[in-house]
Amino acid sequence: MRNIVAFPILGLAALLQSAVIGQIQLLSGYADLPMLLLAAWALQDRVKSAWHWAAAACLMVSFLSRLPWPIYLFGYLGIVFIAQIMQKRVWQAPMLALFGVTFAGTIFMHLLSFAILRLSGTPFAIMEVLGLITLPSLLLNMLFSIPVYVMMRDLSRWVYPIEAFE
Amino acid sequence: MNSRVLQTTITFLVVGGILLLALSGFFGSASRQFSSTMVNLQTWLATRFLGLQDFITAPRDIVTLRARNAELESQVSQLQAQVIELQQRVNETEILAALVDFSRANPESTYKAAAVIGRDPSPFLHYVIINRGSNDDIRRGMPVVTNQGLVGRIDAVIADAARVQLITDPASAVNVYLQNAVTDAVLEGSITGDVSLDMISQDSVVEPGDLILTSGLGGGYPPDLILGQVVTLRTLEFELFQQATVQPAVDFSRLEIVLVITNFRPVDIAPLQPQSSP
Repeated sequence: MRNIVAFPILGLAALLQSAVIGQIQLLSGYADLPMLLLAAWALQDRVKSAWHWAAAACLMVSFLSRLPWPIYLFGYLGIVFIAQIMQKRVWQAPMLALFGVTFAGTIFMHLLSFAILRLSGTPFAIMEVLGLITLPSLLLNMLFSIPVYVMMRDLSRWVYPIEAFE
Repeated sequence: MNSRVLQTTITFLVVGGILLLALSGFFGSASRQFSSTMVNLQTWLATRFLGLQDFITAPRDIVTLRARNAELESQVSQLQAQVIELQQRVNETEILAALVDFSRANPESTYKAAAVIGRDPSPFLHYVIINRGSNDDIRRGMPVVTNQGLVGRIDAVIADAARVQLITDPASAVNVYLQNAVTDAVLEGSITGDVSLDMISQDSVVEPGDLILTSGLGGGYPPDLILGQVVTLRTLEFELFQQATVQPAVDFSRLEIVLVITNFRPVDIAPLQPQSSP
């Protein structure tokens, strides 16, 4: 039942991404709010599983995007996987883990997008795309990841109160 | 009796003398000093009294002032919100007026106005979402324009919304002609949102500033919609065609309201294209 909260949160995130975050551009890149929410949620101590959050995020975002839905499914599941690995490795420094997941998650999502664009025959110069889209997106994701992490920490404390956690 | 009369007379004489001396100006400096002292004393007293009065009445005034301040601040924020709303309405009205002018100037088409409500979440694709869908007779393939020029075409439709593929999208290709050079070409988008012209014949003389319009070839778009201007031309002798960078007529970063051309049906020419034999 606690996982139901994923739907309004990620639904709102997808709408914000489409209507607001997409307008805040740095060169041609912008932040990926659903990905940041997912990464921050997966890194919370009290959260035992974030796989269904990945599925919900895929559902919400692929409804708005022209990119094929498997990109988002594999991308978001991959981010949860990366987050779980990072959480185990650097559990004493959550912010370091957050930046690590944000960095790896952004690169992973963009690599998947490159792959599908190549497969669909879209021509692009990789260095230009890295400079104009990937790096600015990475920077914005890093910036946005801090407030998102704080929000998700508060949300996890609300969803999993201390009695339930113990 | 005599002594009383004498006393009265002396008193009158003294007072009269003093008055006479005063009126004659003999007491000027003494009078100024006196009045100055009196004024200073009165000033000192009045200042202290006002200070004391402020001290006694201040708490009540602060409460009143705070309440008044809060009231005024709330009024200011309400007025600011009103100003923002009105500015937004003015902007919308200006855009709509421009779109009405455009539709009047192009009466051969019928239009449906729609607001841009979102963008594709992926930075690699250039699509926008509009708030009109199949309930408003919007169909896939319909061209979308603003008063500045062609925006793109409807890519997918649901009941109350539609997704528009912008001409800047990497998968977009529009058949165009250059007004001055009278030559056909293809306008292509890119991942970064830049648009360029390709397939310009090597024989054509293209100049920066040449206007680019839709040719209507292929049946995907109606003819003579403005797309932009040539910025720079790249000609390489060993290539089959020339290429050019393009400045789009539409500012895609500030799309708010667009017009969907509803009486245009794209032609699917795929069955007419020759099949490659195995």
